[in-house]
Amino acid sequence: MSKITSLADLKKKREEIKTGLDIRIKAMDPESVVQVKVAMATCGIASGAKAVMEFFLEQLERRNIAAIVTQTGCMGYCYAEPTIEVKLPGQEPVVFGYVDLKRADQIIEKYIKTGELVDGIIPVNYQSIDDKKE
Amino acid sequence: MSKYSMHLLVCGGTGCHSSESDAIVCNLRDELEAKGLTDNVQVILTGCFGFCEKGPIVKVMPDNTFYVQVKPEDAQTIVEEHVIKGRKVTRLLYKDPVSKEPVSDSKHMGFFKKQLRIVLRNCGFINPENIDEYIARDGYMALGKVLSEMTPEDTIKVIKDSGQRGRGGAGFPTGLKWELARKNQSDEKYVVCNADEGDPGAFMDRSVLEGDPHSVLEAMAICGYSIGASNGLIYVRAEYPLAIHRLQVAIKQAREYGLLGNNIMGTGFNFDINLRFGAGAFVCGEETALIHSMEGLRGEPTVKPPFPAESGFRSKPTNVNNVETLAAIPVIILKGAKWYSSIGTEKSKGTKVFALAGKINNVGLIEVPMGTTLREVVFEIGGGIRNGKKFKGVQTGGPSGGCLSEKHLDIPIDYDNLIAAGSIMGSGGMIILDEDDCMVSMAKFYLDFTVEESCGKCAPCRIGNKRLNELLGQICEGKGTIEDLDRLKNMSNVIKDTALCGLGQTSPNPVLSMMENYREEFVAHVVDKKCPAGHCRSLMEYVINPDNCVGCTACARVCPVGAIKGERKETHKIDPSICIKCGSCKEKCKFDAIFIR
Repeated sequence: MSKITSLADLKKKREEIKTGLDIRIKAMDPESVVQVKVAMATCGIASGAKAVMEFFLEQLERRNIAAIVTQTGCMGYCYAEPTIEVKLPGQEPVVFGYVDLKRADQIIEKYIKTGELVDGIIPVNYQSIDDKKE
Repeated sequence: MSKYSMHLLVCGGTGCHSSESDAIVCNLRDELEAKGLTDNVQVILTGCFGFCEKGPIVKVMPDNTFYVQVKPEDAQTIVEEHVIKGRKVTRLLYKDPVSKEPVSDSKHMGFFKKQLRIVLRNCGFINPENIDEYIARDGYMALGKVLSEMTPEDTIKVIKDSGQRGRGGAGFPTGLKWELARKNQSDEKYVVCNADEGDPGAFMDRSVLEGDPHSVLEAMAICGYSIGASNGLIYVRAEYPLAIHRLQVAIKQAREYGLLGNNIMGTGFNFDINLRFGAGAFVCGEETALIHSMEGLRGEPTVKPPFPAESGFRSKPTNVNNVETLAAIPVIILKGAKWYSSIGTEKSKGTKVFALAGKINNVGLIEVPMGTTLREVVFEIGGGIRNGKKFKGVQTGGPSGGCLSEKHLDIPIDYDNLIAAGSIMGSGGMIILDEDDCMVSMAKFYLDFTVEESCGKCAPCRIGNKRLNELLGQICEGKGTIEDLDRLKNMSNVIKDTALCGLGQTSPNPVLSMMENYREEFVAHVVDKKCPAGHCRSLMEYVINPDNCVGCTACARVCPVGAIKGERKETHKIDPSICIKCGSCKEKCKFDAIFIR
């Protein structure tokens, strides 16, 4: 990994990553594939998020769906763990709660394949720092 | 790609569920079927929208229309008007409480401004083990800005002007703390991150470290530049293995990118961070005890002054900040002091993360601007009390805080208001109690904790808390007297005034606030020898109601100690001298004949 040697360098790096030249995503355009984020904090893992993450990694590949599966931290919905966020290309991300393997299968078959929503959606109920004006 | 052109999202959270959201789903589906629209419109049951006060909620996508207080019979109107004709049903729209105008788009509703995520900006959004994702979200830009464009004095001024106060509990202004550490001259100084989160029911710091470790590293480097330190230490409990793992990964990646180490971003600034593991002692959250623990000494506090800013780790000037305090720093630098200070109340700026636990529907992590009321936190964001029980109180600040009752629900949460109400902000754990919780037992629970965690150095804490705990134990067993209540109060005040460190000085807070807010419950324990919540076993008596008992013998058979006597088809009796109050008989009885007196 090359060092970041100045602020300009850091800004350049940020732009590179933002435009999708991320090392992890490689040349793949992240906007063109399904993105699945599994909340893997202690609360999530304790409720079975690891199995869910493995399920998505394995099944999406087996079912030939181009997707990026990553882990993330606590989304705050500890009562509904495991929680995952799915972003279909060109659409707003959707958060699903209480995702066991059965629901994970439903999410792949229904939401990811056909865009049909399944039960257990957790609506966004907060503002981000970008929404908040002075 | 979707064959559905419209989604109707119906809230299936506990609150909405109890106001018939199931029936709304059925009616909507029936209506759609009758109109032949099942292939175009899908009805979905969702989790809680956090707007339980106005439930049940129906949200229509993609146009974001938000219907409130929908009744099952409204399903027809929604389908005929909105789905078929495309006209919004005005009478079901949310009305702005100020302008009284209907608001159709949920994005413009004031409610969604209740939670604002600054500290949690990246939690649940980025992959915490990938530094690139942090950089893509403006990560390390604040450090770059500070190092290349600002002097240490400028940086401290921004933090001071932002009005941020320490999130560890005491609320000391962060900028002032940094300034004090900067003023003390020394060949070496230290930046310490206090990640020794020990209150029962608190998990804010753990979640930040697990979800966004780089934000803490970046802030520590900014602090190092500001006070003139080149070494950072994170004191984290060994019980947080995942947080430790993610910190280690983050430190490694930051070093590889040269964002930690020598000559950061070509500016000649050196800063590196190492971890120190705590063995999980509550007192080590106190900064002097924490520093001693890091030095390899016993985790015991010492008298302040000298403050760590003068003489801390290895007797060098040391700045100790809490995880949550640090995680907000990069945003304050990038967005500016004015932006940050526009959020919150007059004396408490910014947002606060709370961990909601206990008898609440939506257990979880929330972040709200200072000044949000307890009612909003518990009943709107938290979704209310579990199983439809009655709200009794909220313990804020863990074992150092107090219990706020129903009459405090509408006070805006900030440092000063909570102190005025007899509690403290603390680090942000909120434990919600319902009608089944006995306040005497709760006070004892917290004292059990502080007695266990007291380091034993000073007598008021070591001996005083033990005595308090014994008195509470006696009251729970029905052996207390009314004079004991005064004794509790006097002893609590002595401990508060004389204990050495924050742990002892705050440990009687739960007792004092619970006696203040729930005095009648304490009186019931010592005078009537009753526990109104039905929690204290010694004060309960299981009795069989002869009107309901049919003599089925089920209770007598299940009783583990043979305390129930009675012939078949005749009324049974429980012998209170044998009964161990396990409750098995009450559970077994099919005729509701057994009750607690």
